Amino acid sequence: MSPREAGETLMQAEIKAPETAIEKHTRRINFARLASMREAGLIVIILALCIAMSFASPHFLTWGNFRAMLMSFSIEGIVVVGMTILLIVGGIDLSVGSVVCFSMVVSGALFLAGLDPWTASLIGIGVSALIGAAMGFFVTVVGLNHFITSLAAMVIVRGLCLVITKGTPLSLFTLPPAFKAIGQGSFHGLPYVIIIFVVVVAIFDFLLRRATAFRKVFYTGSNEKAAQFSGIKTKQVKFWVTVLCSTLAGLAGVIYMARFGAATPTFGAGMELNIIAAAVIGGASLNGGSGTIFGAILGMALLSVVTSSLILLDVSVYWQDMIKGCILLAAVSIDHFLHRKKS
Amino acid sequence: MTETPILEIRGLSKAFGPVKALSDVRFELKQGEIHALCGENGAGKSTLMNMIAGVLQPDHGEILIDGVAVSIPSPAAAQRLGIALVHQEIALCQDATVAENIYMAAINGRRAPLMNFHRLYADAQKVMDLLAPIPVRTRVADLSISNQQLVEIAKALTLDCKVLMLDEPTAALTEGEAQRLFAIVRGLKDRGISVVYISHRMAEIFSLCDRVTVFRDGHYVATDPIAKSSPDDVVRKMVGREITQLYPDKLAPGQPGRLLLSVENLSDGKRFADVKLQLRAGEILGIGGLIGAGRSEIAQTICGLRPASSGTVELDGTAVRIRNYSDAVKAGLVYLSEDRKGSGVFLDMPIAANVSALDLGKLTGSLGLLDRKAEDRQATDLTKRLGVRMAGIDAAVSTLSGGNQQKVAIAKQLSIDPKVIIMDEPTRGIDVGAKVEIHRLLRQLAGKGVGIVVISSELPELIGLCDRVMVVREGRIAGELGADELGEEAIIMLASGVQNSSNQEKQAQNVA
Repeated sequence: MSPREAGETLMQAEIKAPETAIEKHTRRINFARLASMREAGLIVIILALCIAMSFASPHFLTWGNFRAMLMSFSIEGIVVVGMTILLIVGGIDLSVGSVVCFSMVVSGALFLAGLDPWTASLIGIGVSALIGAAMGFFVTVVGLNHFITSLAAMVIVRGLCLVITKGTPLSLFTLPPAFKAIGQGSFHGLPYVIIIFVVVVAIFDFLLRRATAFRKVFYTGSNEKAAQFSGIKTKQVKFWVTVLCSTLAGLAGVIYMARFGAATPTFGAGMELNIIAAAVIGGASLNGGSGTIFGAILGMALLSVVTSSLILLDVSVYWQDMIKGCILLAAVSIDHFLHRKKS
Repeated sequence: MTETPILEIRGLSKAFGPVKALSDVRFELKQGEIHALCGENGAGKSTLMNMIAGVLQPDHGEILIDGVAVSIPSPAAAQRLGIALVHQEIALCQDATVAENIYMAAINGRRAPLMNFHRLYADAQKVMDLLAPIPVRTRVADLSISNQQLVEIAKALTLDCKVLMLDEPTAALTEGEAQRLFAIVRGLKDRGISVVYISHRMAEIFSLCDRVTVFRDGHYVATDPIAKSSPDDVVRKMVGREITQLYPDKLAPGQPGRLLLSVENLSDGKRFADVKLQLRAGEILGIGGLIGAGRSEIAQTICGLRPASSGTVELDGTAVRIRNYSDAVKAGLVYLSEDRKGSGVFLDMPIAANVSALDLGKLTGSLGLLDRKAEDRQATDLTKRLGVRMAGIDAAVSTLSGGNQQKVAIAKQLSIDPKVIIMDEPTRGIDVGAKVEIHRLLRQLAGKGVGIVVISSELPELIGLCDRVMVVREGRIAGELGADELGEEAIIMLASGVQNSSNQEKQAQNVA
C-alpha cells in the first residue's frame, strides 16, 4: 500500500484530542490579513492626507497635480518592485541608484557612439543585470552579505558612471522622437511612463502572489534553513532575485534617459534610501519573509503625496527629508509593535 | 546533619506552558562537596541549574544559600551570591579574545574608562594555564570546541564563587583534558568550594563525586553517598517507570517486510565513520545515543544535507545517488529536523504554504503558476488526517502549539508520499497528549509501509515506540538492541560506554 493510502486510513483512525492539548493561544490572525490591514491603513492615511490637502490648497485635487505625482514616482516605482522582492528574500540593495544611472549612461554613450537607441537601451539593461549577477556571486558563492556587497557596488558603479562620462552629463537631444516618447509621450492623455509602471507592478504583484518560483522567495526569506531542509536551493533563489532587482533598476534608467533626454553621471544618488523606505513603509521586513508590491507602491505614493503637499503648502524643501524620515520611523515602529504583540 | 548546607532547594517547581519541567524537587549541597546530579535528558537537571543561576525563575519553592532564602532574579544576582554555572552549550563571544571572554564579567563591572590589556592578558593566562596552555590572545572562534569548553570553565573559575555548577563539562573534552579538569575540581573542593556536577558518564561520577542525586521526569528520586551507591543503582533510579500504556502496540515478531533502506559504510570523514543501517518495511527503527554522539549528522548525511566521504545508500532495493537534499526528496527520503523552529517550519507563513514547501512542482501548472486550490486541498487533507488543531490552513504556524507545529512539519513530509522518513527528536518539547498522537501516527505509517527511523534522546520513547534500537557512541555504532533486549539500562550502557568497563571487569574477574 502506498503512503498516500496509508494517510487515508489514518483519517478514519482519527485520533481524539485530549482536552488539555487544545491550545488556548490560537489567534485568528493570519499574515495575509495582517498585510491587507497594513495596505488598507496606508490607503486610509493617503486618502485622509488628500482630503485635508484639498482644503488647504486648490491645486491639490487637480488631474495635473495627480499626473505630476504619479509621474514623479512611476519610474522609481519600477525599482521599488525589485527592491521589495529582494527584501522579501532577506537581502537589500544599496546600489540601485548607481545602477539606474549606469544603465542610463551606458545606453546614452552607446547611442552617441552610433548605436540605435533601442539596442543601446537593451545593452544598458543587460549590463545592469550583469552587475546584479556579480553581486549575486559575491553574496551566494563568496558568502558576503547583501548590505556590504551592494554598498561596494554602489560606489564602484557610481565611479564607472563618472569614468564613462568623464564627469560631465551626456546631452542626448538627438534621441529620435519615437524613443523619447517612452518618457515624454502619452497615450490618450495617459503618459507611457505611467502605463509601463502599472504593467510592471501588475505583472510582478501577480507573480509574487501566484508563481511557484516566487513562493520560493518567501520560503527563503522566512527561514533559510527550513527552506534548505525543504530541498529549496536558497542560494539560487537569492542570486536570481539580486539579478532581478538590478535588471529592473536598469529598465528604470533607460526610461529616465528617454524622459530627460540626457544622462547625468550623478543622477540617482540617494535614490536607494527613498526606495527602501517606501518598501518598508509598505510592509516589507528587513528580516525577510514578508512584503507585498502593492504595499510598497502605497508606501511610495504616501511619500510622494507628502512631498507634493509640502511643496503646495510652501514648506521649505529643506524640511522634506526630515519629515520623510519621521514617517519611516513611525511606520517601522508600528510594525515592530504589531510583531511584538503577535508573539 | 547539623551543618547548614551552602545551597538548599526546597519544593521547587517550574512549568513551561503545559509541560512540567520540575515538580516539587529538593536538593542539598554541602560545603566543600562534589555533588553529582543525574537523570535522563528532560529529567529537569538543566532547568534546575538555570534557576539557581538566575536564568529562569521558579514557579514555586525556595532557594536557600547558607540557610537564608534568596531570590535570584538574574545571572548577575547569582554571581553576587557566589554562584557560577558552566553551561552545556558554549556561550562565548566568538570574535573576542580568550582573555576578554574569561574576564567578561570583570570588564563589565570595571569603573576605569580604559582597558588594562597588559594585566588582562597576564591574569587570564594564569587562570587558563591551570587548565590548558591556550594562548589568551587567541580569538575564541579560532579554538576547537573542546578548547572553547575549557575557556568556558576558566571563565567560571575567575568568578570567585562559592558554588560552581558544571553542566556536562566533559561532553566535548578529550580524556586528557577531562583528567586535568577533574584535578582542578578536586583542588577547588580542597579550597572549600562546593561543586554541582552534571554528567551522563558513570565512571566520572564515581571517581570524582561525594554524593549523587537522581532526578526522573522532573521529580526528585534519591540522594546517596557515592560510597553506598553503584553505577547500576544510579541507572536503575534514573529509569524504571510505567510507560507501556502510552505507546502503541509494536510489530509482532517475524513480521518486518522487505528491505526499505540500506546504508553501508557511511562516513563523513569528521564526526562519524563506518555506519551501517538497515530498515525494513513495517518496523520503526530507533537511533539512540548521547547528545553530540553524531546521530543527527548521520541522518543528515544519509539525506544529502551534509556531504559524505564514503558509503552507499539503497532505497527500496535500488542504489540511489544523493548529492543534495532535493535528490533525497525526489527519491522519497525525507528528514525531519530536530530544530523545529529553526529549520523545521516557516513560523510566519501560513500552514498551507508550510505543507507544500517540499514539493512545489506537483502543485505547479504549466505556466509556472501555483495551483492554490490544489495547495489548499492538500493542506486540508493532510492536516485533517494528522488532527492538527488550528484556526484554518491560512493561519500562520506561529499561532499553533508545539505539538501542532510538529504535525504541520510531518504533514510537509507526507506531502511527497515518502518511502522513508528519518525523524530527529520528533516529540521534543511537545506535551504528553500530542506526543501520544504522534507516536500512534508513526506506528500507523509504519504499518502502511512507510519506513520510519526515529532519533531520540528520550529512552522511554525509544523503548516504547521502536522495534529495534541502534545506539551511536562517538560517531560509531556502539551496538544494536532487538525487541527483547530493549531496556533503558542497556541503552545507557551502550551510549555511555559503561558496558565496556563492566565487561572488562567481568573478564578481569573471570581471569582471576
